[in-house]
Amino acid sequence: MSISRRDFIKTQAAIAAATAAGTTLSGAKIAEAQAHDDTIRWDKGACRFCGTGCGVLVGTKQGRIVATQGDPDAPVNKGLNCIKGYFLSKIMYGKDRLTKPLLRKTKGVYDKEGQFEEVSWDEAFDVMADKWKEAIKKKGPTSVGMFGSGQWTIWEGYAASKFMKGGMRSNNIDPNARHCMASAVGAFMRAFGIDEPMGCYDDLEHADVFVLWGANMAEMHPILWSRLTDTRLTREGCEVHVMSTFEHRSFELADNGMVFTPQTDLAIANYIANYIIQNKAYNQDFIDKHVNFNATTTDIGYGLRPEHPLQKAAKNPDKGKFDKVTFDEYAAMVAEYTLEKTSEMSGVPAEQLERLAKAYADPNKKVTSFWTMGFNQHTRGVWVNGLVYNIHLLMGKISEPGNSPFSLTGQPSACGTAREVGTFAHRLPADLVVMNEKHRDFAEKVWELPKGTIPEKPGYHAVLQNRMLKDGKLNAYWVQCNNNMQAAANMNEETYPGYRNPENFITVSDPYPTVTAMAADLILPTAMWMEKEGAYGNAERRTQFWRQQVDAPGEAKSDMWQVIEFSKRFKVEEVWPADLIALKPELSGKTLYEVLFRNGHTDKFPLQEITDNAGNVYNNSESKDFGFYVQKGIFEEYREFQWNGPKKGHEMAPFEAYHNARGLRWPVLDGQETLWRFREGYDKHVKSGEGINFYGKPDGRAAIIFAPFEPAAESPDKEFDLWLSTGRVLEHWHSGSMTRRVPELYRAYPDAKIYMHPEDAKERKLKRGQEVKIQTRRGEVTSRVETRGRNKPPRGLVFMPWFDAGQLVNKLTLDATDPLSKETDYKKCACRVVRA
Amino acid sequence: MSAKTYPGFDAVKARGWLAAHKWLLVRRAVQLSILALFLASPLLVPYTGAWILKGNLTSSLILGTVPLSDPFIVLQSLLAGHLAAGTALIGAAIVLVFYALVGGRAYCSFVCPMNIVTDASLWLVRRFDLSKGWQPGRETRLWILASVMVTALITGIMAWELLNPVTILHRGLVYGVGYVWTVALAVFLYDLVVSRRGWCGHLCPMGAFYGLLGKVSLVRVSAAKRQACNDCMDCYAICPEPHVITPALRGADGGVGPIILSGDCTNCGRCIDVCSKDVFAFDVRFNNASTDDKFNDKDKMISTDRHAA
Amino acid sequence: MGEPSTSPASAQSRRRFLANMARAAGGVGALSLVVGLFARQAQSLPAQALRPPGAGPEADFLASCIRCGLCVRDCPYPTLSLADIGQDVPVGTPYFVARRAPCEMCDDIPCVKACPTGALDPNLTKIDDADMGLAVLVDEETCLNLLGLRCDVCYRVCPVIDEAITLERHHNERTGKHAMFIPTVHSDKCTGCGKCERSCVLETAAIRVFPRHLAKGRIGEHYRLGWVEKENNGQSLIQGIVDLPDRMPQNLPFNPGATLGGKGK
Repeated sequence: MSISRRDFIKTQAAIAAATAAGTTLSGAKIAEAQAHDDTIRWDKGACRFCGTGCGVLVGTKQGRIVATQGDPDAPVNKGLNCIKGYFLSKIMYGKDRLTKPLLRKTKGVYDKEGQFEEVSWDEAFDVMADKWKEAIKKKGPTSVGMFGSGQWTIWEGYAASKFMKGGMRSNNIDPNARHCMASAVGAFMRAFGIDEPMGCYDDLEHADVFVLWGANMAEMHPILWSRLTDTRLTREGCEVHVMSTFEHRSFELADNGMVFTPQTDLAIANYIANYIIQNKAYNQDFIDKHVNFNATTTDIGYGLRPEHPLQKAAKNPDKGKFDKVTFDEYAAMVAEYTLEKTSEMSGVPAEQLERLAKAYADPNKKVTSFWTMGFNQHTRGVWVNGLVYNIHLLMGKISEPGNSPFSLTGQPSACGTAREVGTFAHRLPADLVVMNEKHRDFAEKVWELPKGTIPEKPGYHAVLQNRMLKDGKLNAYWVQCNNNMQAAANMNEETYPGYRNPENFITVSDPYPTVTAMAADLILPTAMWMEKEGAYGNAERRTQFWRQQVDAPGEAKSDMWQVIEFSKRFKVEEVWPADLIALKPELSGKTLYEVLFRNGHTDKFPLQEITDNAGNVYNNSESKDFGFYVQKGIFEEYREFQWNGPKKGHEMAPFEAYHNARGLRWPVLDGQETLWRFREGYDKHVKSGEGINFYGKPDGRAAIIFAPFEPAAESPDKEFDLWLSTGRVLEHWHSGSMTRRVPELYRAYPDAKIYMHPEDAKERKLKRGQEVKIQTRRGEVTSRVETRGRNKPPRGLVFMPWFDAGQLVNKLTLDATDPLSKETDYKKCACRVVRA
Repeated sequence: MSAKTYPGFDAVKARGWLAAHKWLLVRRAVQLSILALFLASPLLVPYTGAWILKGNLTSSLILGTVPLSDPFIVLQSLLAGHLAAGTALIGAAIVLVFYALVGGRAYCSFVCPMNIVTDASLWLVRRFDLSKGWQPGRETRLWILASVMVTALITGIMAWELLNPVTILHRGLVYGVGYVWTVALAVFLYDLVVSRRGWCGHLCPMGAFYGLLGKVSLVRVSAAKRQACNDCMDCYAICPEPHVITPALRGADGGVGPIILSGDCTNCGRCIDVCSKDVFAFDVRFNNASTDDKFNDKDKMISTDRHAA
Repeated sequence: MGEPSTSPASAQSRRRFLANMARAAGGVGALSLVVGLFARQAQSLPAQALRPPGAGPEADFLASCIRCGLCVRDCPYPTLSLADIGQDVPVGTPYFVARRAPCEMCDDIPCVKACPTGALDPNLTKIDDADMGLAVLVDEETCLNLLGLRCDVCYRVCPVIDEAITLERHHNERTGKHAMFIPTVHSDKCTGCGKCERSCVLETAAIRVFPRHLAKGRIGEHYRLGWVEKENNGQSLIQGIVDLPDRMPQNLPFNPGATLGGKGK
């Protein structure tokens, strides 16, 4: 065996291999590879995925979207996209797009236990309307409901909300944003009296310190993360603090990475406030002028069914009342959260906690805090959101460039549609609420409805809707633009029995046969994204419009078309009591379509040819079908709420302005966007000399609200000995109904797996890659063990993403909610992992 | 033979078709069972607990414990400079001992998947009375065997295994048929058109290797009742290596024993099947007393006679 | 050729015997040459074909692998397969193509355990020590991260994330406010499992795994890295050197070098 012979053989192999692989980089430019194509029509749009709101240009050719690009001039992303955005052009073209309504039938007639058969829209709506009328006749308007979406376009949400609240007279409409943003909303309303962040993404370039409270921006807000990273890279002294219950990708950039025991974020936030007070670092002037102190009612339960032992044990279930206290009283309340105690509770080393507290307390450092689902999906979500506002308010680090408590969103229009339009069970457009008579009056005035049309009582929220479906109190139900069978917690015990309850008729509108659609009785094929004229509002209050680029396949129709068309099936007499009609007799005999949409007001803008500045002509399917410019009519009606309503601060520009802008951040006043709210100079609502005005509150003062640590609804014990946290991965978006249909993204991350500490795996005699069962008190799911890779849970905690329809992690999760926001805690429950 | 329809015609008449094909059927059963076990083992795991047979003929595991390796391949590996670690040496030793007992080229007739291919070819040659074609010397395979080993030594790799149609065929059958059929077809056509019994009988170095082992192996075919031979020539017609028969069958006059000692004999048992006079039987090599019927040594005959009754 | 001669020695038969031997030896030689040449050509493994963990250099592997496929059988994933004829990989040998199915890096390395010959080195007990190849970002022009996008799928799927592959952060000059995350492979940690190549979302992967000898450069023995040698040595390789102070103008805070970057190592 001579070495020289081997060497010869190797060399020869190398030459052959290098030739085969073509490794030479000759400097050919990308531009040459991607030939310029004049026949592609480019128009602007917004990314379909997360709340970042990246601007994209959409390339259409022969009625098909053939390419997209990051809009190089979009302020958010400057031409960049994450890997999901890179594949936008493929999301509408999955092989299993639904193109015809599908109704469960046996022998030609509807049967809840039948098989799906293609039907016409007429038949679909006939059957559906019968079921809705039957339910209303039997049990009144609370027996019908709708579950909507933070992915609805603005007018889709508005039309649905108007149809349900003003037409069906049911407040049982809630968006999937309940699962995602409700806690943030609750805290905004409590602290500032007005929803949504005061800052904007420009904070990313202005902060000295970034603090991530549970958020994994590296994966969930990839483009914002690249901005944050760039600031960390280029700004001297910039530091990044990352907190989470497990080590994830954002820790890679962290100067101070902290893994804390689930639920102890409540203690950490209070400790920081305590530190600030103990060290007298607070901004006395700011506190004196702009803040008042409060303490919230405690021991409020866990939003479970009333008969649940935890709910029975709570002293003040669901109470959100907070009372004024003095600064000293507040100081005494947080004093309990000493460094030692907090370090012990949270498991975070004291010096790391102190470093974080110092960063907040340093008057010379601008601090931006970010959070998303770690805070919102929390049985004390409203509280913990508020605790971070407390810190920023104590320091006066708010409403100016770089000083920003920033609640990020996960859906493209959680802000724009769910929150601003107010598609929640208790809300009306532009921050109005159904409980307030003045607000209802105003809405009825804009909608030209008789007084008393809108019910006073808030409707069933997301979690309650599933419980009511199961209990047979909600019988006609319409799910649009979301995949709640894969999302809602405790699917085995609540959601599925609710959908399959023989008393109920479930309609699901979706572009794809999701698990939710397959559990329905009627599936309506839906036009998605660029198949309709649309508008989204991102997390920095930026409203972005797009034109309809292509037609939907087959008979698919937009959610808004479905709602408006469905409204034609109802005469007011069928859904309203006679005494209500008597208040406006001219409405008698009319259909809800004529009352709500074809009413001389909403339909005041006639059909028009839709063109861009280059003269390209675009279709507008809904407007053509209804005979008026329906999107414009709805948006302009929505603006009446913003400009003339009882609550100021949500003002948007006229409809046309948005088709000519790369998004505008509201309030848009005097033709100017607002980047930082509540501060003089930046926000027109703050008068000269006021400096700061939290004008959402009657007294102009923001509320610091003390809330204590209270334990999680369910913690590991002997039987179920691990924390289970759920979440996302960069490659897939939410339930994966779009991204899993992109072959490349599927290849990149095919199936969910359960991330586990190697020692925990070893202790259970589990090998990496082995099939395991994850069990909770509610169900079990089979997955594979991952002890390496992107997520490194500490001992005692496992993490599992929820994008995989083949591994429904929501069979495991607990339907405990924040009693205030009604948002489910998807981040904490107890599980065990055993060999499959 | 030309007077008959096929070799074994008389045997079928005398003993019935089944008895006249006994060893052929046994061989086919063994060949196919081995293949089937390699393929079906995963399905049987619920019953057996482990794969009955895993791997392929070059190396395998019985029930996850007993290793088997082809000594022909392991020898190449050794010559290529790899001092085999692991279980391959043990496996090769087991296989060596096994074939030293049952007859070296029993591998060829009972195990090798190529046997079915070449038998099929031979059947056609006989059926249509095709030409024998080119017949290189029988020792050619020995030289090829030498070449195989020399090449391994010189190149430092198991060069023959890049070409070896036998292992390629079996591997292909076990691991999913891709282009292996081309190898089978090539050998089939070679045997059919170029050279009758050309591959197994003249070229295959594996056969040669196992033939060397056969020179010392225990179980052998014996022309025990050669005195009953009626010279029908069916055994010669059916035998894949007919030259091995003569010394044993016709050696009585020369004082040669009835055991077929040539390593070339594959122990296929077809001579036993086709002989209507029951001349042949399996035996062990030591029962090779030079022939009784010439010297008519009654004592000796009694002492060794298996058919005394 | 006929039957090997066993007859009594006569001059003629000995001559015939010798002639036969010569012919045979020639035959063996010629055949060996042909097979050997074929072998040499056949073992130039294509660059995208990777060997299972524990496989040594290709020539050693072809001397030791008996192509039994036991490693394939014990691989719990559809990763390994045996080369069919007509492929560029030596027939019957186990290999995988990262783009098709990468090595999943099992902790217990069942393929190595299965190998009866040691062709897959039984001394490989930690999969992190495996050396199936080395990932190389072969195309910096199409890699989305080098264009500023946030893909970095190759990084996140790496089982040895943050060690075998890291994201080096750079300022994006074009946008002015985004960072670029440059996937950077570290050869001492990369096992060549191929997860990155498999997952690359491009139509043709920009990151690929090659056998290490194709992927690595080698620096000449005639040049040493001064700072490395100094660090390894613990101090400068030469001692007793004197540095005279520089003459500076009085009362001027001028300090050349103070504003220059670098860690001063």
